[in-house]
Amino acid sequence: MKLSLKIWRQKNKNSEGIFKNYVLSDVSPDMSFLEMLDTLNEQLLSKNEDPVAFDHDCREGICGSCSMMINGKPHGPESKTTTCQLHMRKFKDGDEVIVEPWRASAFPVIRDLVVDRSAFDRIIQAGGFVSVNTGNAQDGNTLPIPKPDADAAMDAAACIGCGACVAACKNASAMLFTAAKVSHLGYLPQGQPERQRRVLKMVEQMDNEGFGNCTNTNDCEAACPKGISVHNIARLNRDFLKAKLFG
Amino acid sequence: MKLESNIPSGPIEQKWDKHRAEAKLVNPSNKRKYRILIVGSGLAGASAAATLAELGYNVDCFTFHDSPRRAHSIAAQGGINAAKNYQNDGDSIYRLFYDTVKGGDFRAREGNVYRLAQVSVNIIDQCVAQGVPFAREYGGYLTNRSFGGAQVSRTFYAKGQTGQQLLLGAYSALSRQIGAGTVTMHTRNEMMELVLVDGHARGIVTRDLVTGKIESWSGDAVIFATGGYSNVFYLSTNAMACNVTSIWRAHKKGAGLANPCFTQIHPTSIPQQGEYQAKLTLMSESLRNDGRVWVPLKANDNRASHDIPENERDYYLERKYPSFGNLSPRDIASRAAKEVCDEGRGVGPGGRGVYLDFSAAINRLGEKTIAERYGNLFEMYERISGENPYTSPMRIYPAPHYTMGGLWVDYNLMSTIPGLHVLGEANFSDHGANRLGASALMQGLADGYFVIPYTIGHYLAGVKPGEITNEHPEFKKAVADVEGRVSKFLSINGKRTTSSFHRELGMLMWNNCGMARSESSLKEALQRIPEIREEFWNNVNVVGSANELNTALEHAGRVADFLEFAELMCIDALERDESCGGHFRTEHQTEDGEAKRDDEKFCHSSVWEYSGDTAKPNLHKEQLTFENVKLATRSYK
Repeated sequence: MKLSLKIWRQKNKNSEGIFKNYVLSDVSPDMSFLEMLDTLNEQLLSKNEDPVAFDHDCREGICGSCSMMINGKPHGPESKTTTCQLHMRKFKDGDEVIVEPWRASAFPVIRDLVVDRSAFDRIIQAGGFVSVNTGNAQDGNTLPIPKPDADAAMDAAACIGCGACVAACKNASAMLFTAAKVSHLGYLPQGQPERQRRVLKMVEQMDNEGFGNCTNTNDCEAACPKGISVHNIARLNRDFLKAKLFG
Repeated sequence: MKLESNIPSGPIEQKWDKHRAEAKLVNPSNKRKYRILIVGSGLAGASAAATLAELGYNVDCFTFHDSPRRAHSIAAQGGINAAKNYQNDGDSIYRLFYDTVKGGDFRAREGNVYRLAQVSVNIIDQCVAQGVPFAREYGGYLTNRSFGGAQVSRTFYAKGQTGQQLLLGAYSALSRQIGAGTVTMHTRNEMMELVLVDGHARGIVTRDLVTGKIESWSGDAVIFATGGYSNVFYLSTNAMACNVTSIWRAHKKGAGLANPCFTQIHPTSIPQQGEYQAKLTLMSESLRNDGRVWVPLKANDNRASHDIPENERDYYLERKYPSFGNLSPRDIASRAAKEVCDEGRGVGPGGRGVYLDFSAAINRLGEKTIAERYGNLFEMYERISGENPYTSPMRIYPAPHYTMGGLWVDYNLMSTIPGLHVLGEANFSDHGANRLGASALMQGLADGYFVIPYTIGHYLAGVKPGEITNEHPEFKKAVADVEGRVSKFLSINGKRTTSSFHRELGMLMWNNCGMARSESSLKEALQRIPEIREEFWNNVNVVGSANELNTALEHAGRVADFLEFAELMCIDALERDESCGGHFRTEHQTEDGEAKRDDEKFCHSSVWEYSGDTAKPNLHKEQLTFENVKLATRSYK
C-alpha cells in the first residue's frame, strides 16, 4: 500500500521543528510500524538525507523505548499495543499518517521523535524502591503473599515506562506512571515500611519535574500499552492523603 | 597470554566458601576512595552497580539507552532457575549444577557452574525482598514451572515478563543508589574504547549520543556487562542496539575471547515474514510446557493445520526424545526443526516453520488457565502474525538468541586484562556450548549481586586508588583514536547504507555459520567476510555530522566491529573440528543426526588472542576437567 506520512522533524532541542511530508509506497501489511519507518529511513539515506530519529530497541513491546504519537494517539490506533508491535495491516492504502513525538514540557524533544524521559527515572530515584541491600534477604518463602495481592502487584508492575500516559493527558500528568510503582510496592508486605515516605517523595519529585495534575479523565489508562488501571491512581491518592494527614 | 582460571582447590562444594574466606578485602572506609566504571545496565550491570555502591565504592555506570531500565534483559520472558527445591521434586544444588554442565555439552568450567547453582537460591530471596512479583500459589507461596533440559520444576517466573520484573528490581536498587549519589549514571553514552595503562584496564572512552561529545573516564577497575553478539546474524531475537563493540574493543586491546562460535539458536521464534524485517520475536520456551511441536508426516503437505488428521502428524520431539519430549534442550529442538523443514515438511510461507499446538492443553486445562499462563505471549503472537493461537497452532522457527562465547574470565570474573571484569552474557563462563532455558537471568544476577562484590575487592586490594587519571597520555591517545574512527566513517561518502552491510553479513553468517556449519561453508565465509569489510570501508555512506544525534553513525561503528568479529567466529568454528551443543559441524554427527563430540581433541575452551591481523589470531587452550560430572554423551531420549 501507499501512505502519505507527515512527520515531525526537529534538528535538536534548541531548534524549531516542522512537519515534513513523505510518500512511501510498497508498504507491506505485515510490516511493523517501525519497519515502515526503517524503510523510509533507508530511502532517505540513499538520497543523502538525515534519517528520522526515533527511540526503539527491543521491538517486542517491553523495553518502553518507542514514543510516538500516531494520528494523535500515543502508540497509534490499536489498544494495548506499543508502536513496535503495531502492524501496518491496521492501516489502509492511501491513508495519511501523522507522526510526532510525545508532547510534554517535562519530556523535551531531543531530535525528531526522540524525547528526554529522564524525569521518570528521577521519580523512581526519589522512592520507587524497597531499601534492601544485597545479602539482607530472608528465604523467599518465609513471607507468604496472597495470590490476589501478588497478581495485583504484578499488574501494576507491568508498566514499561514509555510515557504514553503523559502524552495522552491534557495536563501532561505523570500520575499513572507514579501510581503504578506506588501501588505495586503498596500491595506487597516488603513495601510497607517505606510506604508513606515513598508516596510523598515520589509525588514531590513528580511535581518538581513539571508534570501536570491529574483531573481523572482516564485518558492515560486508555493510552497505556500495558493496560495499567487508573485504580492505581486512586490507591496513590489514598496513600498520599494518609501520609500527609498521619505521616 | 596466560590463562589461569584461579579455581580454588578442594571439594567442589567448598570452593566458593574457601575462596570468599581467602579473598583479600578492602577496608570499609577505604572503599570510598575507589572508583569502578561499569558499562551496561542490564541484569548484570545494574545489579553489580547497585551492590558495589551499597558496599561503599564510587560507581560510574554507562548505558547507550535513555534509561537503565531499557537494557535488553527486560525482554526475557520465561523465567529464572534456582535450586530451591520448593516443589520437593528432587532438585538440589548438585542437580542444577549437573543439568547445566550436561546441558552445556561438557564445555563449561565445573567450578564456575557449581558456584552459579549455589548462589541461585540467594537470587530469588533478594528479588523477593525487592518486591519482584513472582507468580504464587493460592497459599501465598512461590510457584515454579518446568523448562527445557531439566526434569524438575525449578523455574521462577512473573507471568511472561520475568526479565522485565527482575530488571526493574535491579533498576530500583540502582535507582536508590543514584538517588543517594553513590552511583553516577551516564545515559545515552556509548562505550567506544577501553583504556589500558601499564597493562591494566583503567578507563573507557565514550561518545555522548546526543551531543556527539567524546570523553574519557578513569577508574580503578572496569566492568563490562554489555551482553551478547547475536546481532552478528543481523536477524536475531536481540534488541536492535545489541552489539559486540565492547567485547571486540577489549579483544583488540589484548583480552582473550573464548569460544566465539558457541551461539544459541532458540527453537521458538516467530518465523521471518519479509525482506524488510528488522528483528525476530521470540516466543518463550515456557510455551513448550503446554504446547506440542509437530509437522505433517508427509512432505509438501499444504493442507491447513486443522485439516491434517492426528495420524498424519509427526510430533517429532516426542517421538525422538520420549523422556524430555517437547522440553528437549534448545540446541536439540532447533536442529530437529531445521531437519524436518529440510525434509520439506515445514509449514507456512517458504516452508520454514513448525507448529506449536496448544489444542491438547486447552482441552485439558481450559482456555482460562492457558490464558493465565501465557496470555501476553498469545497476544504478542497474534499482533505480529495476525493469527489467533487459541484457535490455530502457532508457527515457529529457530532464531539466533544468545551467545555462550564471550570474553574469557577466570573464577574472579576477570579477563586476561587485569582490572577488566566481565559479567553476564558478555563473558564465556557458565553455559559451555549450549545454555539451558531460564539460566541467563540466573547468571546475570549471580555475577552482579553475589560474585563480583567479593571478587573485585580481591583485585582492588592490590591497587592504589585514584592513581591514574584521564590526564594520562593513554587516555588522550584513546580519545584521538575514537575521533579518528568517527571522522573516517563520515568521510567515506559511499553508496551503501550501514544496514545493507549488516544485512549482507548477517545472511552470510546465518547460512554459513548458523545452525549447521561445515568446513566448506566456513571457508567460504572466511573468504567473503574480508571482502564485505573491504567494501564497507570504501563504500559505506554515513550521513550527518559527528556533533549531533546521528543514528547512522552509531550503527556504522557497531557494524564495523561485527565485520571484524565475524571472522574470528568463523575461524573458531572451523578450528573446532567437532560438534558440541549449539556448534554443529555437519561432518561430525551420529547416525541419528545428533552432535558428536570429540573429547580427546576438544575438551577445552578455545581462547583467541588478537595478533594485529584479524585473519591470524593466536589460539590458547584452557583444558576442561570433569571431576564431579562424568564426561558422557548427552542423551535426552
